[in-house]
Amino acid sequence: MAEDLITGIVCPIRLDYTITPGKAQSRFLRGLESGKLLGQRCPATGKVYMPPRGSSPTHGLPTTEEVEVADRGIVTTFCIVNLQFASTVREIPYVCAQILLDGADIPFFFVVQEVDVNEIRMGMRVEAVWRDPSEWGPTLENILFFKPTGEADAPRESYKEHV
Amino acid sequence: MRDVAVVSFAQAPNLRADRERNEVEIVMPVVREALDSVGLEQSDIGFTVSGSCDYLTGVPFSFVMALDAVGAWPPIEESHVEMDGAWALYEAWVRLQHGDIDTALIYSFGKTSLTDLDKVMSCQLDPYTLMPLWPGGISLAGLQASAMLAAGTVSEADMAAVASHSREAAQGNPAIPEAEIPADVDELLSRPRVAHPLREHDIAPSTDGAAAIVLVAGDRAAEVCDKPAWIRGIDHRVDTHAPGNRDLTTCPSARMAGERAGAGRGGIEVAEVYAPFSHQQLLLASELGLGDGVDLNPSGGALAGHTFMVAGLARIGEAARRIHDGTASRVLGHATAGPCLQQNLVCVMEAGR
Repeated sequence: MAEDLITGIVCPIRLDYTITPGKAQSRFLRGLESGKLLGQRCPATGKVYMPPRGSSPTHGLPTTEEVEVADRGIVTTFCIVNLQFASTVREIPYVCAQILLDGADIPFFFVVQEVDVNEIRMGMRVEAVWRDPSEWGPTLENILFFKPTGEADAPRESYKEHV
Repeated sequence: MRDVAVVSFAQAPNLRADRERNEVEIVMPVVREALDSVGLEQSDIGFTVSGSCDYLTGVPFSFVMALDAVGAWPPIEESHVEMDGAWALYEAWVRLQHGDIDTALIYSFGKTSLTDLDKVMSCQLDPYTLMPLWPGGISLAGLQASAMLAAGTVSEADMAAVASHSREAAQGNPAIPEAEIPADVDELLSRPRVAHPLREHDIAPSTDGAAAIVLVAGDRAAEVCDKPAWIRGIDHRVDTHAPGNRDLTTCPSARMAGERAGAGRGGIEVAEVYAPFSHQQLLLASELGLGDGVDLNPSGGALAGHTFMVAGLARIGEAARRIHDGTASRVLGHATAGPCLQQNLVCVMEAGR
């Protein structure tokens, strides 16, 4: 009797989306086409958001001023990934880190490679490794990953408010 | 109960596809307008609550990103419902009953153009027996219309008359910049059916947009607004989840919500009901007791522009605005959710406190 029981069914669900980046993110994506990382400045506090979404999250004001930020910065925090995800094919273990780019006031999330996972640490200086310019498009995929610069670690004081 | 009033309402134009702006960029000016019109800042708001649907954006926790539009620093007291903004307004009304804060901001947004709303509507159904059939919101509404036609409670001409009125009314509504060209009943009935028995005019066009409302309690309401729209009754009720277990020619949850909100006490001059299908407006008018003397959906209603997650909040806002501008003294706003008017919320507002 037990073998006649239905214990599960498969219901495939698929929804397709056309994403609208919006005005602010479009400017950011256009910058990437020429290898520029364009943050946007909060008109009230002067803080630079990267990637920008068009508003200052602290004040709810439109961010209209573009600010180019560097393609290098500081690891503020990180995790070591030991699981393979269906959506990514990478050799495990690998490192994902929050990176505070020089000139930005908020860290953003990226993969760090060419580093022994035992060496990754808060304060480590890293830089972007770009694809060949002939392959650039309006996407963050222009950056393959970040890698250590070999510079001295940043003092905790310089990034403590972002941890 | 504490007296609470709608003191301001703003909405973005309902556009078939806003290809330029993301959700934050649509919400930001609407929130700003709602606050500015009563001279309040985000820092004056005691409670902020939003309504939206992650299935529309295809992004989990998309409402968190939308908070970028309000300015949430220093940290604010904030909440979210995965429902139309009308239910966010209900939560805010309950929150204001606690008595420790006097002000609440409610906003909601929907970008239906990013995906297929009809398929999203399937995803709210029972996941084992109904959703895998992908019936869609339009086909289910077609079954409901068929049942009502078979029962003789509506005619196709009645339905076309609802659509004809909606198109005419929407011409004067700046929030509906892409209103359909007006047409009379005979002309509409000459057009083909798209989902039996529904014709194109019976089905609300999906749109992108956002809306915001500010609620203020007690004496402070009159300080920020000349003619506050005082909430005299607000209630929401739910029919069973399975459309197959319902008599779709009736809507007990709408009737009960209406009774408890005071719709049946009469005197309603203007009513804005959220009916994404023409026959549903007729059913709601019947269940809520809205007779010929009631100015029903003078904005054109959701049938003129249907921003999912926003249309209900906008109905309350459109009704409240008639109190604000002095053209009505007792109004009703209604919102719905779920398949075939499964869930219903009624908000009755008056000019006098």
